[in-house]
Amino acid sequence: MLLRHTPKEIKERKVLSVNPAKTCQPIGAMYAGLGIHGCLPHSHGSQGCCAYHRSALTRHYREPVMAATSSFTEGASVFGGQANLLQALLTIFTTYKPDVVAVHTTCLSETIGDDVNQIVKKAYKDGTIPEGKYVVHTSTPSYVGSHVTGFSNMVKSMAVQLAEKTGKSNGKVNIVPGFVEPSDMVEMKRIAGMLGVETILFPDTSGILNGPMTGKFNMYPKGGVSIEELKSTGDSIGSIGLGAWASADAVRALDTQFKVPCQVQDLPIGLLATDRFVDALRTAAGVSVPDTITQERGQLLDVISDMQPHLYGKKVAIAGDPDQVIALTEFLVTMGMKPVHIVTGTPGKAFTKRIKEVTARFGDEINVKGPSDLFHLHQLIKNEPVDLLICNTYGKYIARDEDIPFVRHGFPILDRVGHSYFPTVGYKGGLHFLEKILSALMDRTDRDAPEESFELVE
Amino acid sequence: MTGERTHTVNPEDIKKEILAKYPPKVARKRAKQITPVASDEKDGLQVGANVRTVPGIITQRGCCYAGCKGVIMGPTRDIINLTHGPIGCGFYSWLTRRNQTRPPSDDADNYINYCFSTDMKDEDIVFGGEKKLKAAIQEAYDIFKPKAISIFSTCPVGLIGDDVHAVAREMKEKLGINIFGFSCEGYKGVSQSAGHHIANNTIFKHVVGLNDTVMDAKFKINLLGEYNIGGDGFIIDELLNKCGIDLVSTFSGNSTVDQFANCHTADLNAVMCHRSINYVADMLETKYGIPWIKVSFTGPTSTASSLRKIAAYFEDQELIDRVEEVIAEEMIPVEAKIKEVKKRCEGKTAMMFVGGSRAHHYQELFRDIGMTVLSAGYEFAHRDDYEGRDVIPDIKVDADSRNIEELTIEKDENLYSPRKTEEQMQALEESGYPFKKYDGLIPEMVKGSLIVDDISHHETETLIAMYKPDIFCAGIKEKYAVQKHGIPMKQLHSYDTGGPYAVFEGAVNFFEEIDRMLNANIWQYLEAPWQKDPELSATFVGE
Repeated sequence: MLLRHTPKEIKERKVLSVNPAKTCQPIGAMYAGLGIHGCLPHSHGSQGCCAYHRSALTRHYREPVMAATSSFTEGASVFGGQANLLQALLTIFTTYKPDVVAVHTTCLSETIGDDVNQIVKKAYKDGTIPEGKYVVHTSTPSYVGSHVTGFSNMVKSMAVQLAEKTGKSNGKVNIVPGFVEPSDMVEMKRIAGMLGVETILFPDTSGILNGPMTGKFNMYPKGGVSIEELKSTGDSIGSIGLGAWASADAVRALDTQFKVPCQVQDLPIGLLATDRFVDALRTAAGVSVPDTITQERGQLLDVISDMQPHLYGKKVAIAGDPDQVIALTEFLVTMGMKPVHIVTGTPGKAFTKRIKEVTARFGDEINVKGPSDLFHLHQLIKNEPVDLLICNTYGKYIARDEDIPFVRHGFPILDRVGHSYFPTVGYKGGLHFLEKILSALMDRTDRDAPEESFELVE
Repeated sequence: MTGERTHTVNPEDIKKEILAKYPPKVARKRAKQITPVASDEKDGLQVGANVRTVPGIITQRGCCYAGCKGVIMGPTRDIINLTHGPIGCGFYSWLTRRNQTRPPSDDADNYINYCFSTDMKDEDIVFGGEKKLKAAIQEAYDIFKPKAISIFSTCPVGLIGDDVHAVAREMKEKLGINIFGFSCEGYKGVSQSAGHHIANNTIFKHVVGLNDTVMDAKFKINLLGEYNIGGDGFIIDELLNKCGIDLVSTFSGNSTVDQFANCHTADLNAVMCHRSINYVADMLETKYGIPWIKVSFTGPTSTASSLRKIAAYFEDQELIDRVEEVIAEEMIPVEAKIKEVKKRCEGKTAMMFVGGSRAHHYQELFRDIGMTVLSAGYEFAHRDDYEGRDVIPDIKVDADSRNIEELTIEKDENLYSPRKTEEQMQALEESGYPFKKYDGLIPEMVKGSLIVDDISHHETETLIAMYKPDIFCAGIKEKYAVQKHGIPMKQLHSYDTGGPYAVFEGAVNFFEEIDRMLNANIWQYLEAPWQKDPELSATFVGE
């Protein structure tokens, strides 16, 4: 057994985290920074933070992940990191020439209290940041929240630090896509395009973290939201933040500071959440929904209804980020499945409440816990077995030990490809995700069926 | 040396090109760590190393915690490795290094697949985390009943002044199991190397010497600096057993704390990765009287010579003969594979920038199949790993190194026992036996090549543009940036998904892997037909 020391008996743990279902803020900020065109993310802390984040993101995307670090030493930790950050900005703008540097902090620089805002101001003033170049910065203490919080903080900072209000509407809708895959961002833009709604989607990692093989390395690939677009977010007709944890702060800040009206929605994963997304875009821009979209909706509905015998009543365990898990849970319930164990590592009281809402038909039969960890999820599964596990790659240890069909979803996925190319959001994404679920379940049926009931047609 | 080819590129020009793009101060600093090998005369070449990385330069390096928890202690399976800090550090070092382990039975302790953390929150930073750490140790004990728990300090722990060692002492007393802490905050030192040092020193202080049981075997050695990436350790162990040599412990591939506790009963220390562990070999010699030699089980020639060195040390004819038999037998498939692969790889070129020993050790494997290494360097080595141990007295100890604890070791009153008499040692040394000898990476480098320590992204790009290597070896962060150029990239930290590459059997794997990477047909299709010939010609013609 891979997780041989995990007992069935659940003892309450107050402090010890075992097999976490989250990681720390800075990696989310780094990911968000990569979604600005011409941006080099920068980690203000020890070298290891940057190395770990780049490694994790690289393994997940199998793409170059460029980022720099302030390389704190013991001296910098005692005397403060101003000299390190100024040196870093000089080196970066001289040697790597980005249009913008997205600086995030770490537990180290937060604990010693570096004032990054002041350091960046100084760098603008003394010309370390060249004319026409930008530095956006955000505070991401690792001991608060999770990687989702870090993403949210950087997205908010890129908006409020760059947005301008000229008073003239640009006629566009801002979309903050949440901590999702580049493929999901492409799909959101495609749906908006079908509706004829002009959007500014930020951050936008499509083209950057799912780039082509061309025989040339491009440090700043095509793709990403441009500085001009970010500036223009203050002139948009409205903002939609997808996922309360990852996107609400940014759209609310644009609302408060620039009077861009906002709404916060679940991630558009599954039938109902996608319905709400399309409806929100339609209403915000005052357009009608084309038949092509209704057609895609109907196709998803069609497959779900066709495959009810394989879906209805199947028990599922899910772990992941709150925005993702909420939307996925609703999708599973829509399809007639029963998500019995639901865990997130990211704190936030609204999680349990929202899960209770989308699983209302099952009442108290659902185990939901946030924040918790994969060790706890595994124990829940030992007590009440499931037919399917949905989790990031770390779930494979549980899936193998308990012999459960496994669908990978979330961050990080370290052992499969596809997530950066095939979306989960939208009707098409829902169909793709449903296909993965069905393949996992039906491969298992085929594997385990006695010969006489091994079926050609299912 | 076979496969050497004349280069049209002058390494001095490459160095100039690299430095031209840096701010002046950065260029001056980097100049000391970039050493052209202009001629075959390599005496006196210096490589600046183990110095601070310039902020913003895009380095390969990680931190002290990564070296301590990830590299050294990560492979030890029967201990709960508890990270004291915010969740990230524990999360990123969870199962990401491919250090394999093989518990002897289904119910033997194995915590390798687990990640334990105190998951510090803001209130812990403000009010201190010691209480939480104690509670976490208690919970870990209550649930898992492990034989040992170790605590890894992350950056904020040192800054807020949590005394992990006091907590460890208190909980050790309370629970009656071995508990110890590592002061391996990420900001210590200049790279992972500091973490290796802190890990090894702590194990030496808290574990080594606790179990005096002597293994019933004739030729007992420890393997130091072998981390069982991709299963290397397994096949080294098998090979040694085949020769009749037994491992008391490995630091730290496929290891257990019990083996560390018992390692002082071995009769010889064989050091693989000089960088991460040579000081442990020195301490084991001083305290217990165990001599050490440098070995390498990467490449057939080095493997054969290392086996011979071990056999020669024991001065046992039966062992010497057995080793020769094994080498002869093992070389047959290796030679066949070299012959097959060389046809397709000869004349090609490679570069490697990894670790503290592999940028040296792996050169042999490329040479064997007729390839030339155009440029190489380490990520976190010290000068002696480039220039050889003779340079050690000349190395200046700077502020960053001074803060890393050096243990003062003396002979153990009870356990010190010289494995050989002074006369025997002297006789062996006079016959040329290489105790404590390591010449470093420089002797491997060919004329026209370039040594780069702590290479940056910009330097990587310049080397690729000017040298145009056929294959590039580094780590995961570099992998896809290199491959976008259409150049295959081999990870030499984690071996991608491959390995083992050690000893004779692994060499065959490695040759096959390099053959596959160089000759995969995918690299031919980088351009679409319309990119090769963008001119519009005839319009559609119906038949």
